Amino acid sequence: MKRIQTIETRDLKQSTKSGGCGECQTSCQSACKTSCGVANQQCEKCLETE
Amino acid sequence: MIHQFKLNGYNIVLDVFSGAVHSVDEVAYDIISMYENSSQDEIINTITVKYPEVTPNEVIECVEDIESLKESGKLFSDDEYADLAFDFKKKNTVIKALCLHIAHTCNLNCEYCFASQGKYHGERALMSFEVGKRAIDFLIENSGKRKNLEVDFFGGEPLMNFDVVKKIVEYARSVEKQHNKNFRFTLTTNGVLVDDDVIDFANKECHNVVLSLDGRKEVHDNLRKTINGSGSYDIIVPKFRHFVERRGNKGYYVRGTFTHNNVDFTNDIFHMADLGFTELSMEPVVCSPDDPYALTYDDLPVLYEQYEILAKEMLKREEEGKPITFYHYMIDLTGGPCIYKRISGCGSGTEYLAVTPWGDLYPCHQFVGDEKYLMGDIWKGVTNKEKQNEFKLCNAYARPECKDCWAKLFCSGGCAANAYHATGSITGIYEYGCKLFKKRMECAIMMQVAKSLK
Repeated sequence: MKRIQTIETRDLKQSTKSGGCGECQTSCQSACKTSCGVANQQCEKCLETE
Repeated sequence: MIHQFKLNGYNIVLDVFSGAVHSVDEVAYDIISMYENSSQDEIINTITVKYPEVTPNEVIECVEDIESLKESGKLFSDDEYADLAFDFKKKNTVIKALCLHIAHTCNLNCEYCFASQGKYHGERALMSFEVGKRAIDFLIENSGKRKNLEVDFFGGEPLMNFDVVKKIVEYARSVEKQHNKNFRFTLTTNGVLVDDDVIDFANKECHNVVLSLDGRKEVHDNLRKTINGSGSYDIIVPKFRHFVERRGNKGYYVRGTFTHNNVDFTNDIFHMADLGFTELSMEPVVCSPDDPYALTYDDLPVLYEQYEILAKEMLKREEEGKPITFYHYMIDLTGGPCIYKRISGCGSGTEYLAVTPWGDLYPCHQFVGDEKYLMGDIWKGVTNKEKQNEFKLCNAYARPECKDCWAKLFCSGGCAANAYHATGSITGIYEYGCKLFKKRMECAIMMQVAKSLK
């Protein structure tokens, strides 16, 4: 496409099928403690695949 | 739903429900913004007037590209998650993380502490080994098939009860294999009592350590004071440097809080980097608007600019081969959380609970001391089913204010405790926090775009 570049991302709709294992880190166990940022948690399954 | 923004020379389009991110030129940016509410003729007219060099055929070509992305589910995709959000959290009954309030006491007297110098508005107390051991058993019993279990040693200052921390870890390690569990421990400390014994222990046993430092000496010392009122910077910084040097490649964060007193907080982050720390976090203070150091609405434009400065500087440092990590910019567009995580949130009150020194359970560390939110205890389990259900229904789709918000799949509707303290309800929103959060996400996405296009 001439004017649009699509960045590689995880397809959230697909993740309705593959996700939900719950093994990822609880966000407040890392460094926030006063806000909720779930987007920066790594997917445990994706880590395993790597 | 889409979200469009321009930052650092990039024109970015986020497709909210697929998570797709596009970097586009000015023409496509404008066409995408008109696409849903204008006819093709209207788009052609507007674009060819604004950009005389662009022909009607080029506009049509771009519209066709947009349609093709729409068909492949990467643009203007529909929201299919609302039902999923409630079902998933209702079914999900396991507990996988505990915040152990190992010491409700502290050896610092930080003015902004939400835990009121560690006491959480109650009496000073230390957790006994018996309570800690029972908390570990409680977690194992309630964790179902989850393998990875997380325990955070929190306070107050947990190192004021370090012997019990060590014994709890020893106990957990002695039982984890037989239950097919893997404990991940985090230690959050102000640094005052860090010594080689603590460092050896943490480097062997702790998946993560969180080291509290607010940045520049004058900023840190202004609010993080010892009991006799002097600053704590000179006490802790050498200890933290030694700690991190010896930590190797194990996880840590140097974590600060910024307030109205240091709205130029990037200088504190860069100061941390100058001290040799690379894994950094800096949180906006959450406090009563009446507190003298509370962030104000007039601070917002400055803070937005600060977040942009930080993102640009981080890109520059990465290019120069000396990268730093900022917790809130750590988004992984390909290996980030699945949709279930994104809609269900931090898990407070459901899969994450806080344990007081005497074994009471609260939805998270920020609710401890508020009797309305007492959930039960580690012997009888969660007995306040009404409160548990409130938290089960608390997700990215629970708040009317989030309905049209592009960022809800990045924050899951935000922090329940912040919402409660700001509005009296866990399904309210802490609007000020939302504004900063959205700015951080735009910066984080921009950084990913910049790296991808390099």
